[in-house]
Amino acid sequence: MKNVINILDLTVEEIDELVALADDIIACPEKYQEACKHKILATLFFEPSTRTRLSFESAMLGLGGSVLGFSEAGSSSAAKGESIADTVAVVSSYADIIAMRHPKEGAPLVASMHSAVPVINAGDGGHYHPTQTLTDLLTIHHEKGRFDNLTIGLCGDLKFGRTVHSLIEAMSRYEGVKFVLISPEELKLPSFVKQEYIKDKHIEYCQSTSLDDVIGELDILYMTRVQRERFFNEEDYLRLKDSYILTAEKMRLARPDMIVMHPLPRVNEISTAVDSDPRACYFRQARYGRYIRMALIMKLLGVRA
Amino acid sequence: MNIDSIKNGVVIDHISAGKAMELYGILGLDSLDCSVAVIKNAPSGKMGKKDIIKIDADIDMDFDVIGYISPNATVNVIKNGETVEKKHIALPRRLTNIIKCKNPRCITTTEQEIEHIFVLTNSGYRCLYCDTKADR
Repeated sequence: MKNVINILDLTVEEIDELVALADDIIACPEKYQEACKHKILATLFFEPSTRTRLSFESAMLGLGGSVLGFSEAGSSSAAKGESIADTVAVVSSYADIIAMRHPKEGAPLVASMHSAVPVINAGDGGHYHPTQTLTDLLTIHHEKGRFDNLTIGLCGDLKFGRTVHSLIEAMSRYEGVKFVLISPEELKLPSFVKQEYIKDKHIEYCQSTSLDDVIGELDILYMTRVQRERFFNEEDYLRLKDSYILTAEKMRLARPDMIVMHPLPRVNEISTAVDSDPRACYFRQARYGRYIRMALIMKLLGVRA
Repeated sequence: MNIDSIKNGVVIDHISAGKAMELYGILGLDSLDCSVAVIKNAPSGKMGKKDIIKIDADIDMDFDVIGYISPNATVNVIKNGETVEKKHIALPRRLTNIIKCKNPRCITTTEQEIEHIFVLTNSGYRCLYCDTKADR
């Protein structure tokens, strides 16, 4: 049995297998509609995250399995003070696989140490969210047809955005990848991330404070939200916020085959006018999230179509 | 200052000056029945000053933690008054309940029963659960 707590728990080969399986599910969903019949997924969400929970539940239901669980700590035994170890020991006798979200960093790892069934980390605070990264990887593979030789622009909040750090970590394992880091000074990629996943691996990268200057070079533009509360003063926020809003005008500077990704939810960092551009794939990305979770559940349960 | 040689036991030598009492506590030497000598600020050719701990009993103890507290320390095993083994202690790969994680968002802050585990990485010791770097 294997757990998925961090994206690095999966080898490049295992990610390739998951992506290939997800591709096949996309192509022939009916082949898989009973793959997890009589299997139960427990979604233990100690903090609300409607999108992630529904994606997991939809994935399991799409495989013919069943779902049980809770969507906030208040409706679980955690409210009575039960430990994660005890909760998981009990739940793992009711379910075949667990997807767990928790506000505390490392909680799913603790769960995996006490569970009799596989545990998937569905987000632990600002720490890891491997199924978001898998979603991003399937999106890249499905839309671009490869993982190697891609120029990936990461735009917005690169300091606090965990999805960005995980994506860099995952993509840095492929050949010929170049990162273009687009952010205001205040929200630059933390030096340890840059050192460990880019510099130490001798990966090509460049930094820019202007999206307009570099958008024309990109195969992929990964947008994140620039949040007002991250700035030290209002003046800086007002000065910078529009530089990182993707508009239809900016899209004219981009390549015809560039794709725009976003982990969602979006606030105002991508103009709604961009939504109708075929290069905008953030809503398709959400759909890929369901398929890669289907593939992951199947793999961890060891079931086939 | 003279401390008698020991016949059967362990001498932890070349401890960084000032670290002996910390090691004494972490190794749980206070619970031993045998004689234990803690020598602080002994003159040392290489180190200037060093601490030494002498344990006058043939004990079986996990000495790995010494590498974390004082990386250059050595452990000499004494049998019949002779040094039969001299160990240079490398940094341990994993420290259990030696350091506490200070990240307020770490699961160790709310789950009282779990062990505080730090793992040696390229960038020092990091919390197993939340990856927060240890202070030193």
